[in-house]
Amino acid sequence: MATAVGTVTHVEQGSRVWEWMTTVDHKKIAALYGVTGFVFFLVGGLEALLVRTQLAVPQGNVIDADLYNQLFSTHALTMIFLAIMPLGAAFFNYFIPLHIGARDVAFPRLNALGYWTFLVGGVMLTSSFFIGDGAPNGGWFGYAPLSDESFSGGSNMDFYVVSLLVLGVSSLMGSLNFAVTIINMRAPGMTMMRLPVYMWMTLVVSFLLILSLPVLTVGLVQLYFDRNFDTNFFTPATGGDPILWQHIFWVFGHPEVYVLILPSMGIISEVLPVMSRKPLFGYAAIVFAGAAIGVLGFGVWSHHMFTTGLGTVPQIVFSASTMAIGIPTGIKIFNWLGTMYGGNIRFTTATYYSVAFIALFTIGGISGVMHASPPVDTQHQDSYFVVAHIHYVLFGGAIMGVFSGIFYWFPKITGRFLDEGLGKVGFWFMFAGMNLTFFPMHFLGLSGMPRRIYTYDTGMGWDTWNMVATIGAYVMAFGVLVFVFNFFKSMRQPQTAPDNPWDGATLEWATSSPPPAHNFDVIPEVRDRDPLWYNRDHGIALPEKPEHMHIHLPPPSYFPLVIAFGVLLLAVGGLSHLALVAVGAAVCIYGIWGWALEPTS
Amino acid sequence: MAAAAHEVEHHTSTGVDNRKLLMWIFLASECLFFGALISTYLIFRGESITGPSPEDLLDIPLTSASTFVLLMSSLTMVLAVYGAQHGRIALMKGMLLATIVLGIGFLGFQVYEFRHFGAHGLNLTTNQFGASFFVLTGFHGVHVGVGVFYLISLLIGSMRRSGIGKERDLWVDTAGLYWHFVDIVWIVIFTIIYLMPH
Repeated sequence: MATAVGTVTHVEQGSRVWEWMTTVDHKKIAALYGVTGFVFFLVGGLEALLVRTQLAVPQGNVIDADLYNQLFSTHALTMIFLAIMPLGAAFFNYFIPLHIGARDVAFPRLNALGYWTFLVGGVMLTSSFFIGDGAPNGGWFGYAPLSDESFSGGSNMDFYVVSLLVLGVSSLMGSLNFAVTIINMRAPGMTMMRLPVYMWMTLVVSFLLILSLPVLTVGLVQLYFDRNFDTNFFTPATGGDPILWQHIFWVFGHPEVYVLILPSMGIISEVLPVMSRKPLFGYAAIVFAGAAIGVLGFGVWSHHMFTTGLGTVPQIVFSASTMAIGIPTGIKIFNWLGTMYGGNIRFTTATYYSVAFIALFTIGGISGVMHASPPVDTQHQDSYFVVAHIHYVLFGGAIMGVFSGIFYWFPKITGRFLDEGLGKVGFWFMFAGMNLTFFPMHFLGLSGMPRRIYTYDTGMGWDTWNMVATIGAYVMAFGVLVFVFNFFKSMRQPQTAPDNPWDGATLEWATSSPPPAHNFDVIPEVRDRDPLWYNRDHGIALPEKPEHMHIHLPPPSYFPLVIAFGVLLLAVGGLSHLALVAVGAAVCIYGIWGWALEPTS
Repeated sequence: MAAAAHEVEHHTSTGVDNRKLLMWIFLASECLFFGALISTYLIFRGESITGPSPEDLLDIPLTSASTFVLLMSSLTMVLAVYGAQHGRIALMKGMLLATIVLGIGFLGFQVYEFRHFGAHGLNLTTNQFGASFFVLTGFHGVHVGVGVFYLISLLIGSMRRSGIGKERDLWVDTAGLYWHFVDIVWIVIFTIIYLMPH
């Protein structure tokens, strides 16, 4: 149990495992999210490699159709919900308090609960390969009536529903916490327009999730009821409507893709100014563009449904709104370029990933704007052209941004540098591999190759590009392995990184690498958007460490574990016996009571 | 807003306590949750192929009575918050108890109505009206039930020496936000399902 720092240094030495399981420290929770998220990233990558191996040659026989359906569905689910979002949560968790000048998030135990619930959801989703009839196999978007019990009679799509419900609850908890923290716990002088852009993106993402996840929850509940209680929300035979599922899903699903990309846009906005040694160009425009993307993101969902017979007026409206959303994105691209222009650029690995983001995301954005036209989309829908678009924005965009953040913030988090030589080698393999894999998919799509087919005949004109794409996938995988090797090699170095190795501008660089448990010895007073550059340019030193510090940090707690266990029982009950749901609810209630009555000082 | 506003223990950027801000933002997500359920109900109006229709079963006078009960519970909740903020603990406890009783009363009406509908051939699986009605009002009832547990916990907490104690006005105020939200959702549901002509 932690007591006041700087006075009596009495710390109980419990088991390290228990320390990690009951931690409420945002930096440790961030590490949990980061490691778990990265492991799932590798799992999702493995799922993709299996898919690509099967498609390398026509009439491939590596995997049968049934397993193939499970693999492409779980590849998407894993990458979206178990990799990109948790890696985002890892960075949010680590850096929100540091960026705003706070000691922790608003609700440390809720933060821990968010992680443990995520773990329950992730394990549940992945375990479906080994339990029941197999992993979800109806696509990550679970379209009805394919996902209904008449066409998907096994437990696969039940795992889909229950896992996503659990993961949604986890994300919601995290988002609520982050929103309250950013709005309410900023250091003196840290006005909203002095927040790092990364914080603005985090805030927008939090609100996107807060407002979109409930809609997904409703859809999942309705699907669960259709599958298990004989309702007919999505089956037309008794008056239901499969298109209702699509609307409900995409009202969530579209904001979700902005949830996936905005954090990486935030990371780029932190890395590029520092590496260019120049303030961010057009801070206000980038902030407003990010907020605009968030708001407009709720107005475009039916562009996923252009081929469902929506009618002329909806097609026009959603086409216009979808094209409009390219504008704030374009503003950001130009502002990042403007940041680098005239700068004294250091080409570190972090810089490489950020610059690659700009190029690759732009390519993905261009194919996206192409889909925004309904007649053109009629050709693209369900073809590999969409797969190309998705992966340019998600791998070329989101993942490249994540790696930029990893290389940029690694010294702060671990006190060590990732090897720059290995970093650049890994980068080039990932960059080359990514383009080899996904650029040909534009051609495959336009020449008619549909999505989600487990094999194809020779003579369609698809053989060569599929082989190229598979080779590219292995090149990408090698690049990821180089990174993993780099990570382990670097972690064996001593912790010698200084406080501010990159001459960064934001508050995380105003404390040690890694930071102490209490983050800042003295909560900084903020006078400028780039506080450390202001201090440097005005000759202002950081405040002295006081002689006596009476800092109260929240004690660890096991009640998040209790409630997560209750959620596990609820979920397993939802898959098997409803009686278990009652037990799970009771465990949750016990956990909530214990939490409420637990002393926090 | 309160005449005798409590001091915020830890300074916050907005002046609003973190827990109260959390409740406000959580209620925003609940708006979308109920919005999706209400949208489903609206989309399925007139789409039922078989089974009883709303005109056959809805009893507006009865449901007006239950609505009145729930509205009164919001009044007693306001009085509970007033009591908490002005140090009138007996008033606070009494009004918390009254809110709980009225909430349970509302739930009683709901249970009666659900069973009545079932006896007249409408259940979850009968048709689109049944499915969308029971899921929407069922989830609303669950929210009322959670609210009742929440208020019971606060009532018990206010009676223990180491319970909600010094921060009672914050806790009761925050619970009040939740309770009023659940009431407002019911007003929307009542209007759309019962009052709007089919």
